[in-house]
Amino acid sequence: MLSKLFKIVFLISSLVVSSVTFAEDIIGNSFDDLVPQLTTNSYKQKEQIIEVLSTVDDDRVLGVFKEMLEGRLHYYKEDKRIVFIKEKDEAYEITDVITNDVIGQVDKYDIKKVSVNNTLRGMLRARIAKLSLKNKNPETRLSAVFQIISDLDEEAVALLREREGMESDADVLDAIKTGLAIVDVQSKDKTKRLNAIALLKESLLREAKQALDALVKKDESGQYLEQDAEIRKLAQSAISTIESRREVSAFAETVFFGLSLGSVLLLSAIGLAITFGVMGVINMAHGELMMLGAYTTYMIQNLFPGSLEYSLILSIPAAFVVSGLFGIAIERGIIKHLYGRPLETLLATFGVSLILQQLVRTTISAQNVIVSTPAWMSGSLQINPVLSITYNRLYIIIFSLMLFGVLLYVLKKSVLGLQVRAVSQNRSMAKAMGVRSDWVDALTFGLGSGIAGIAGVALSQLTNVGPNLGQSYIIDSFMVVVFGGVGNLWGTLVGAMSLGVVNKFLEPWSGAVLAKILVLVFIILFIQKRPRGLFPQKGRGVEN
Amino acid sequence: MLLSKYGISFIHNDRGGNILLTALLLLVIVVPVMNLMIPETSALHMSTYTVTLLGKYLCYAILAIALDLVWGYCGILSLGHGAFFALGGYAMGMYLMRQIGDRGVYGNPELPDFMVFLNWQELPWYWSGFDMFWFAAIMVVLVPGLLAYVFGWLAFRSRVTGVYLSIITQALTFALMLAFFRNEMGFGGNNGLTDFKDILGFNLQSDNTRVALFIITTAILALAYIASRYIVNSKLGRVVVAIRDAENRARFIGYKVESYKLWIFVFSAALAGIAGALYVPQVGIINPGEFSPLNSIELVVWVAVGGRSTLYGAVVGAFVVNYAKTYFTGVFPELWLFGLGAIFIIVTIFLPKGIIGLIEKLKQTEVKEPKNESA
Repeated sequence: MLSKLFKIVFLISSLVVSSVTFAEDIIGNSFDDLVPQLTTNSYKQKEQIIEVLSTVDDDRVLGVFKEMLEGRLHYYKEDKRIVFIKEKDEAYEITDVITNDVIGQVDKYDIKKVSVNNTLRGMLRARIAKLSLKNKNPETRLSAVFQIISDLDEEAVALLREREGMESDADVLDAIKTGLAIVDVQSKDKTKRLNAIALLKESLLREAKQALDALVKKDESGQYLEQDAEIRKLAQSAISTIESRREVSAFAETVFFGLSLGSVLLLSAIGLAITFGVMGVINMAHGELMMLGAYTTYMIQNLFPGSLEYSLILSIPAAFVVSGLFGIAIERGIIKHLYGRPLETLLATFGVSLILQQLVRTTISAQNVIVSTPAWMSGSLQINPVLSITYNRLYIIIFSLMLFGVLLYVLKKSVLGLQVRAVSQNRSMAKAMGVRSDWVDALTFGLGSGIAGIAGVALSQLTNVGPNLGQSYIIDSFMVVVFGGVGNLWGTLVGAMSLGVVNKFLEPWSGAVLAKILVLVFIILFIQKRPRGLFPQKGRGVEN
Repeated sequence: MLLSKYGISFIHNDRGGNILLTALLLLVIVVPVMNLMIPETSALHMSTYTVTLLGKYLCYAILAIALDLVWGYCGILSLGHGAFFALGGYAMGMYLMRQIGDRGVYGNPELPDFMVFLNWQELPWYWSGFDMFWFAAIMVVLVPGLLAYVFGWLAFRSRVTGVYLSIITQALTFALMLAFFRNEMGFGGNNGLTDFKDILGFNLQSDNTRVALFIITTAILALAYIASRYIVNSKLGRVVVAIRDAENRARFIGYKVESYKLWIFVFSAALAGIAGALYVPQVGIINPGEFSPLNSIELVVWVAVGGRSTLYGAVVGAFVVNYAKTYFTGVFPELWLFGLGAIFIIVTIFLPKGIIGLIEKLKQTEVKEPKNESA
């Protein structure tokens, strides 16, 4: 009964709406009044609605415009409610635009698109830009300005000029000035043009350079399009300034990527530098200890699904403990029996690595697992239009250096470090002085393994976490340790960073795989030349 | 144990070797008879699949002997011997690829299918000559040998030894794997070389060809064994063992350590190449996966399981481990890596001399306690 009644009511109301359509007029001036009228078929009427809507001071307007421009604004056929749609496996989830309530999932035949034509699109773009310019958030305003600059017309220029007077944020104001300068370089007033060139010189925007390029263009007969020689000269020098600054930025970006790769290498090699470098034990299961660290991160995230932000921090000590305990078990169970037989140690620990991989495959999954990134690690830091730095890489560089510092401190200043160094230099003498060398061995190995676990936590934020995670890093990390010089943590740092940077500089002209091959070949040749790495250990104990 | 008493004496004073050669002789007689002459209905019939599987093991055995020469006798633990095997395999694969002619999917008489697919216009220069068997046969030995020569010359001259050498050999095979995965290299990229039709005009799918390949492989294994035994018994072999046990002492006595090491390394690489070349026509494919560091390190475990520095131990290890692998990956696929990992650990800690060492130890106790028949 009730639904029938509703239907009748809707029928009447839609009749009212259609009568409005005939009148070619719009009713009311509030958001709630105007939006339902977008169901009209008349583009002219839609234009009017948009015009009025853009003067309404309501936060929802921008959203409606954006969705409409994208063709995602629909109305529900049953009750003509204007809705946002979201595709959800085969069906659509619709949300009421006015109340922002989720209505539910509907079939695609139940909804109809609010159609737009090109005139409307142009209008919407301009209105969106204008509205965004007024947004309270400076970042939204900045991106609106960039959006406007990428498609400058008279209306847009007028918008920018209007905003220039009111803008309070320095970055946004700079962007607006750059945008206006792009127009001003073509103006009649020479001082204006000179000022504009001076302004554009400071900008790294693509459009700024295009505007300057236009000033030094020649026509087909080889004549400059620009008559004023002084302007041309200034534009030319501005272009070369921009180009060199762009090169600096590109260089900085490559260095950053290189350091980022280097820090990953450092993280994976630093634990190895202890077990291999200090103890002389080849641990082929090192990569798998990293993998265990990454899986610990995954487990912790699943244990505390609500607190993604903190679980990553919690994973660091957890992974250290898990991998460290595994490491101690490996040392006590296997490596202990093989001291002084490095090749056998290599084989036995390789066996351990196979077992650990299979263990993860059978107990967790053979597929990769998903480790989420907390919000504070995603996103990027935009330094200038051509250079942006992603937070996760930035944090991992910082984190790896911190870890390096801590490890250096432990080895140089702590009692354990002293004993480790004593045992590695002269085992029997250390024993004679009362050092429990077998405990030191186990703890050192545990430390190196724990660090591998921490490296795994960091890696879980950069790559896929799967049973093969460790394998892909083991050769690289050995290369780093060998290249840097065994038994020298600083060598590992320099080795990792330089290999990372060199790799990234090779990549643009050789491709990623070939760059890796070249680096490997380089290290193979390097070791032939300097068998003990960049910073060889010196002293009498070396030959053993 | 019966064979050890009644085995034919091929080599003076090498009981293990004589048992091995006798066994190979038996194999070469029995397998063709069981495959070709006994009808399929009979319980004694051996399927062509089994023949090929045995042939594969024999190739692995040659490879294991090659590794035992450098590891067991010279102390060089190469973790990159799979690379030489794969290079030999690729050389043979290239010959087989050229033999396909215009019978490929695209029917191009000049270019292999994958090149047509990649829109290549002409054969790269390094493919020329591979349509001739003798040329490919030379390359099978020459390419791995040359790589080993250059690599060894650089490594041994600058006295890279021990684990360092192991790690850079591993890096070598890893780098080669990455390189061969690239389509631009012109070796079929990811898919490698496959879809072979015939070898020297004989159809690769026919039973007769399979059996012939099996016989050839057995013969070459026997030859490889005899040649390797000859080398390790020669004066050169003695010097190599001396280098293994005390490199500096050998150097100070006046031997050119680098040359000896280089010689044995190159010989071993060439042998590995031959093993690869015999392997490819039998399994019918060669791809960059053969370069993977895991393969090379598995190979080390065959030798370790069988027993180092015995040569025949390497053959035993190759058969035992690979049979176990075939069995377990068929029956309990998820257990195999546990098993392989356990083998690595058990052999290094408890059985440093492998199966052969264990047998000898048991025999010694047998001598002490004559009543014990269990050996």
